[in-house]
Amino acid sequence: MELTGAQIFLECLKKEGVEVVFGYPGGAIIDIYDQLPNYPFKHILVRHEQGAVHAADGYARATGEAGVCLVTSGPGATNAVTGIATAYMDSIPVVIFTGQVPTPLIGNDAFQEVDIVGITRPCTKHNYLVKDINELAFTVRQAFYLARSGRPGPVLVDLPKDIMQAKAEFVWPEDVSLRSYNPNLTPHIGQIKKVAKLIEKAERPVIYAGGGVISSGAEDELTWLAKSLNIPVTATLMGLGAFPGDDPLWLGMLGMHGTYAANMAINNSDLVLAIGARFDDRVTGKVDTFAPKATLVHIDIDPTSIQKNVAVHVPLVADCKSALSSLKSVIEPILDQTYSEDSHAVWVRQVQQWSETHPLRYNKGGSFIKPQYVVEKVYEISNGDAIVATEVGQNQMWAAQFYKFKKSKSFLSSGGLGTMGYGLPAAIGAQMAFPDRLVVNIAGDGSIQMNIQELMTAVCNDLPVKIVILNNGYLGMVRQWQELFYNRNYCETCMDAQPDFVKLAEAYGAVGFRVTEEKDVVPVLTEAFALPKVCIIDVRVDPEENVYPMVPAGASLADMLLV
Amino acid sequence: MRHTLSVMVENEPGVLSRVVGLFSGRGFNIESLNVAPTLEEGVSLMTITTVGDEQIIEQIVKQLRKLVTVIKVVDLTELKSVEREMVLLKVNAEDAKRAEILRIVDIFRCKVVDVSVDELTLEVTGDHGKIDALINLLSRFGIKEVARTGTVAMKRALQV
Ligand SMILES: Cc1ncc(C[n+]2csc(CCOP(=O)(O)OP(=O)(O)O)c2C)c(N)n1
Repeated sequence: MELTGAQIFLECLKKEGVEVVFGYPGGAIIDIYDQLPNYPFKHILVRHEQGAVHAADGYARATGEAGVCLVTSGPGATNAVTGIATAYMDSIPVVIFTGQVPTPLIGNDAFQEVDIVGITRPCTKHNYLVKDINELAFTVRQAFYLARSGRPGPVLVDLPKDIMQAKAEFVWPEDVSLRSYNPNLTPHIGQIKKVAKLIEKAERPVIYAGGGVISSGAEDELTWLAKSLNIPVTATLMGLGAFPGDDPLWLGMLGMHGTYAANMAINNSDLVLAIGARFDDRVTGKVDTFAPKATLVHIDIDPTSIQKNVAVHVPLVADCKSALSSLKSVIEPILDQTYSEDSHAVWVRQVQQWSETHPLRYNKGGSFIKPQYVVEKVYEISNGDAIVATEVGQNQMWAAQFYKFKKSKSFLSSGGLGTMGYGLPAAIGAQMAFPDRLVVNIAGDGSIQMNIQELMTAVCNDLPVKIVILNNGYLGMVRQWQELFYNRNYCETCMDAQPDFVKLAEAYGAVGFRVTEEKDVVPVLTEAFALPKVCIIDVRVDPEENVYPMVPAGASLADMLLV
Repeated sequence: MRHTLSVMVENEPGVLSRVVGLFSGRGFNIESLNVAPTLEEGVSLMTITTVGDEQIIEQIVKQLRKLVTVIKVVDLTELKSVEREMVLLKVNAEDAKRAEILRIVDIFRCKVVDVSVDELTLEVTGDHGKIDALINLLSRFGIKEVARTGTVAMKRALQV
């Protein structure tokens, strides 16, 4: 039986096991929406297409499955671009379907036409324009395959309206392979043995884990390696949760706002094992002085990540999980002969001492509520089990520093692109995947206003996310830079003209709280977290609190500004 | 150093802009670029010459390989290869100079493809060095126009 393009498209989503679609309709995509009620997907109608992509991205980060979104052509597609770039920078599998004007009109500046394939070429893993209905199913299949496999990432498929209306037989291609795309998953065993030897000889090893550990599902292997060999672990923002944040070997995050212990460990280490991390400039600081005494081993599935920013001594192209299990199989048989209870004991003692002498801290007392205190309480009240999304800025860094992530896939944050407005829609995506878990968006008063319209999406879909605004009345992180490096020239960072967030919550049908005194933080958070409703908790925090420690941009990790 | 890359790509719309966009987006340099279909259906060959230190060239090669529409990338610089470029040159050639130019044409085994009262148009094929030398030699007569194809290259059959 012949189906329309729209039906074939939806059949493909069914075959791919899609459960949720985040989207926003329009003329160019209306044929798909026309068929949607006949299919078993849950469609979440967002209020802005950027929100659709972030929500699909949050869904993907929390579940490990591909997120899906559906938007119309032209302005719908361009609104999605920031979300796409965000997913691209953090290697998140999202498949974006955009409507397009009918093929005979393409290139004619038709109504709501934009060359979205051209626009998103640099910020997708790959993208397609479907020009023939007979290629539709195959293209959708490839798109999902590309998004999920290898180094994951967003893939966009542009769907012209006439193709959605044309008819053809639905043929599902069971197999998918591309002659030009063969990610290398399994490690070179020679390299693995070399790494095992290096670890054996190292006196001051440290593991630097990134998002690749989480996307490949290598958390257990990583934990085995660290614990069996007694190696301290630090992670990037994207790697938080890959290793239990309450373990004695955990050093905290490294880099610009990393802990003293993590950065000193890197600085004094004789062996750095970089696993699924990409030596981002927010992590390395001045590259020439990164880990100056160490042999660098770099495990990554993407060959382009290796030797891009930093010259490493032992490159290893492989999926992190497969590399670490291979390493385990080499080390495990000789574990007892080679390693003792107190292997690296002196070193571990040393790094723990750094943690003790320079813990993450902030000045307590005073008349203001400290934002760090709020994050600590969010951690305690949620028992460390929440899914935490963040916006971007100081709020993001305090969440990363003061919430101890015990499990992976529970920290959703825009690392690579640093997208303000990410947190709320991402939290909605995660809550959609896990209706029974507590999902908290730690927000800044600036960022939350970038996609505030998604409150309506949360409310009308009964997705009871909790938005904790660390309200400092400033674009705090920029203000911090102005204070430290621009002579306190607070140009255009004071945001004290604000909506009444409590009334705003109420206007959307959510519940609003305002907290102005420290003693109310715990009771209000406790009450809000227990409510099965969307809540905004507007916490008025110290307006001039800064994030410390801090490595100034371009400085060496050794040159940290402490509190 | 100058590198010559041989890049086999799927012959589909947008493939050229993916490759070129990669260079511009990442701040790499393209010196010349040549694309045309191969014997294999649906496959085109690009020859790209580019300049950069070892680490940059390594990134360029890896980034090209990462593109989903790129089938194969070979850096011909490390191999024995044949490189050619074709150039059309329009050069001033008044009567007094004509004989000398024609002598150079002979030595360089170029062809005269168009003649007018005071101009000659030459066709020349050769590697980078030869083309540079010829342009150098002819420049004192006044070169009016140059059209170059950019390098095409192929690895030699026998590699020791
Ligand atoms: C879309 C976008 N625009 C601008 C920036 C630059 N930027 C980074 S942090 C920041 C301030 C964020 O302020 P706020 O959300 O109030 O958070 P705070 O730092 O105060 O916690 C800005 C403007 C950005 N990251 N994203």
